[in-house]
Amino acid sequence: MNKITVINPGLFSTFQDEGRENHQHIGMPVGGAMDKYALQLANYLVSNQTNEACLEMTLTGATLRFNFDTNIAITGGKCVVLLNGKQAKSHRTLVIKTNDQIDIQNITEGARSYLAIAGGFNLPIIMASKSTYIKGKLGGFKGRALMVGDEIEINKISKKCKRRRISRKHIPQYPQHVELRIIPGPEKDRFEWEGIKHFLCSDYELSPQCDRMGYRLNGPKIGQINNNADIISSAISFGTIQVPSDGKPIIMMADRQTTGGYTRIAQVVSADHHILAQLKPGDKIRFKEVTLNEAHQLYKKMKDILNKYQ
Amino acid sequence: MIKPTFHIAGDQAFILRFGQEIHPEVHKHVISYYHAILAMDLKGVTLILPTYCEITIHYDPLVINHNTLLKHLKAIDLKNLDDTDSVAKLIHIPVLYGGLNGPDLEIVARQNKLSTTEVINKHTEPKYLVYMLGFTPGFVYLGGLNKQISTPRKAIPRPLIKEGSVGIAGSQTGIYPIDSPGGWQIIGETPFKLFDVNRQPEVLINAGDYIQFNAINESTFNSIKTEVDSGNYNIEVETILLSHE
Repeated sequence: MNKITVINPGLFSTFQDEGRENHQHIGMPVGGAMDKYALQLANYLVSNQTNEACLEMTLTGATLRFNFDTNIAITGGKCVVLLNGKQAKSHRTLVIKTNDQIDIQNITEGARSYLAIAGGFNLPIIMASKSTYIKGKLGGFKGRALMVGDEIEINKISKKCKRRRISRKHIPQYPQHVELRIIPGPEKDRFEWEGIKHFLCSDYELSPQCDRMGYRLNGPKIGQINNNADIISSAISFGTIQVPSDGKPIIMMADRQTTGGYTRIAQVVSADHHILAQLKPGDKIRFKEVTLNEAHQLYKKMKDILNKYQ
Repeated sequence: MIKPTFHIAGDQAFILRFGQEIHPEVHKHVISYYHAILAMDLKGVTLILPTYCEITIHYDPLVINHNTLLKHLKAIDLKNLDDTDSVAKLIHIPVLYGGLNGPDLEIVARQNKLSTTEVINKHTEPKYLVYMLGFTPGFVYLGGLNKQISTPRKAIPRPLIKEGSVGIAGSQTGIYPIDSPGGWQIIGETPFKLFDVNRQPEVLINAGDYIQFNAINESTFNSIKTEVDSGNYNIEVETILLSHE
């Protein structure tokens, strides 16, 4: 059996693919990779389907050993990668020999790195996805984050893996102060003018309360008319920004519930989701309003890049 | 007849809003439009999600232009919605009330100055409308709880409420589909699995359905549980006519 053995799981490592978009009507969170741009690049580098599950590692990487010859690739947040103790590069196909050990160290820029393996991880497909949903204890490897000693079976490959790399200009930068473009949300009129001004003209900082479900932000209080932040529960999606009555925004992320009960001030545009996904506590955000047409153009530009890598 | 308002929800979704209250009439419009949009089968529409008063429609802007989509959505005309009868599914959920399965039944009874039997009678009487699913997979948001048994949440939530627990929180009632922490007053337990990854479909209840709780005794609970565990349990589903009021 081709397998990898977990020597060190890292801080929080789970298997994620594109998630369960089509099961939201039963209340199933979408889940999936936080950074789908990095997910696709990693899969491209090992000649996988673009939506194959990768190992998503958070803030610190994993140490893994292989019992067979294969190819892997690492994308996303910047980290030092050691292959048998020697430095190896991310964003390109890596050749692995039997008994090799890969050691992915701290993620120094961004928050999440992705490891893809040729053929993909042999994991159960639940509701059309291999993604780990921690709260429901399902999907991925035993419905949980990796632990020391775990052994994960790898699928046999049908075609030989090409050696590839990502053009430098398509590897995102992950600065600690980012601009995120937004479109005003369905409850934009529920906010005080002062509140909207704060939202668009101040820096907001990621608090330590940020995980795969959502990011809580600190910054100037965003006031709402009559201090009423409640709505009748309605749909939310990746990048929805809700504001509870404390005036501190929350950005909804991959493992969010399907519905939310706070006013939706804005939505982060799709083209910036992969930047949003790589933020960590202490990073700062400045929001910038764009039009729907601008957001569509940005999305097309990003898709044109991704289309080169599939 | 309620006409929806249209709202932008980011660069890949629109919201159709039918009101801002939890009301069966508003929800009837949500469900009717939801089925109408599903039936249109528009290329580029990736997801349609009904909630209490809104429908969220996700689309791929590279497949369908947003103005084209809006034009299609605005052309929906459900003229006779106000005076037509419609049918719905009624799902009967077996519940063992009280004891270890419903440790808060007596609290609910005491707070409302009722006997536990009266609480059970008032809880099993209504046909509850399923407004939507959310919170966790298989969690149904129900409308129609008798106000005489509404009870505030516990001051300190329990760290673990087991799957199948039936509870009351304020004027809401519901069922926990997976183990979760929570502050609901737990009055009973169903052996039926609202969410089961080993079943197709994983969730049998949809927005727009109705459910009714049926009180069962311990031996029925145990025999249903055995059937559920072996995958042989068939939940009782009835078709009901919703007459126009």
